[in-house]
Amino acid sequence: MKRFLSFVVLLFAMAAPLGAALGAADSAQTPPDVLVRDVTNDVLTIVRQDKAIQAGDTGRVLRLVEERVLPHFNFRRMTMLAVGRDWRNATPEQQGRLIEAFRTLLVRTYSNALTQYRDQTIDFRPMRMAAADTTVQVRTEVRQPGAQSIGIDYTLEKTDMGWKVFDVVVAGVSLVTNYRGSFGDEIRKGGVNGLIESLEAKNRSLESAQAVK
Amino acid sequence: MKTTGIQASAGSRRGTVRALVLATALLTLSAGCATTASNPQDPLEGYNRAMFSFNDGVDRALIKPAAQAYEAVLPSPVRTGVGNVFGNIGDPWIGINNLLQGKVADALSDLMRFLVNSTFGFAGILDVASEMGLPKHDEDLGQTLGSWGVGEGVYVVLPFFGPRTVRDAVALPVDMMGDDVWGITHIPTRNTLTAVRLVHARSRVLGIDRTLEEGTLDKYSYVRDFYLEQRRYKVFDGNPPRVYEDFNGDEPSGSSLGREIDAVASSAVEDLELLGVGEVVMLGDTKSHPN
Repeated sequence: MKRFLSFVVLLFAMAAPLGAALGAADSAQTPPDVLVRDVTNDVLTIVRQDKAIQAGDTGRVLRLVEERVLPHFNFRRMTMLAVGRDWRNATPEQQGRLIEAFRTLLVRTYSNALTQYRDQTIDFRPMRMAAADTTVQVRTEVRQPGAQSIGIDYTLEKTDMGWKVFDVVVAGVSLVTNYRGSFGDEIRKGGVNGLIESLEAKNRSLESAQAVK
Repeated sequence: MKTTGIQASAGSRRGTVRALVLATALLTLSAGCATTASNPQDPLEGYNRAMFSFNDGVDRALIKPAAQAYEAVLPSPVRTGVGNVFGNIGDPWIGINNLLQGKVADALSDLMRFLVNSTFGFAGILDVASEMGLPKHDEDLGQTLGSWGVGEGVYVVLPFFGPRTVRDAVALPVDMMGDDVWGITHIPTRNTLTAVRLVHARSRVLGIDRTLEEGTLDKYSYVRDFYLEQRRYKVFDGNPPRVYEDFNGDEPSGSSLGREIDAVASSAVEDLELLGVGEVVMLGDTKSHPN
């Protein structure tokens, strides 16, 4: 009996980390379309029920986005695509500051846009994907009564940490590469540091505007 | 360009000369690109920026407040009905453009939409057709011209109408003639309907100006690049090729972006020629290259 008990204990001890590992692997391999659908539904359900967010409570919506949305984005790749070929000329330190500043800007803008969400519904289009694909596009359509639907497509890449979004395409336009024009202007005017300063100044002005409210 | 292959055998010396000329031309072009402002398709940037801020002022003073009032006063189902009515009025012209682009099935679907919504949808108040699986399309003459191969031309901001390419600006008066609201002969009715349509359309995007203001370093260039990209997407009916470059590598190739810019620049010049503007611009050149 004693031997049997110790065997059971041993089994549990072995199984626990195994189970944890399985769970982790599971979430890392959530298919991209399922991931996009779950995160979207999760976040929108919360927004729909949260009166404070609907009233424009920025801190609250920022927290929601930080917790639920951000872990699924690859901001390094996003920033690289927004900056374009000047990315190569940036030092690792500059790249880090660019990623941080661009991330702050996007998160704030996206969060504020989320407080505008009302009566739209989201259709998830079937995804075509081969098993070996490492980059896929998940297409969704935002329907609103009395108006043409708007396509919002997410481009994801497979990483060791699961699928990560690195581009959002709205009505056929990449919101990320669309920054290239103005980022290029800033770099031409003041170099990579000029762009970093402009982004950080923009973030500071948004932050102080929100503090006043 | 087409003759290059045929002449290639004509001797290495001429080849060298040609290569030199080509290299010089490329250098000049890239030098030109380096000094041009953000987008080679926007040589009118000075004027465009002025007109953009004029339109912005009109929006702030008149259109946006009207749209906010409209949204505050009318309940959502009523606004949906308003949108559906104007959508219905626009469907025949969308169908004609689909026909002009050779998309007969889409054209028939647009015609069906108009018939169904005008009758069962109570003069278009209800969009029954969408429920029946006849989706609303988005077509105009600018897209039709694009699908026929007419180039875009440069970017231009029109007073009141906002962003256009030269091609879309040229198509605009015809689009307005094909539009049934603008075709109403009773002028007060026409003007009222046009105003309501404008206010309704603005009310659909009330949140967007805050997003643009907050999310961009330069609203003007973001709107411009967005407009140009989206028009291309619409002309391609939703499937333009998209390539994601990798800027992590060491070799400073970056040539794909350079090629892209060159292609845009040369197509912009071609478009100018197509529209006859080129005759004025190229006048100096015609003497040295009789053709």
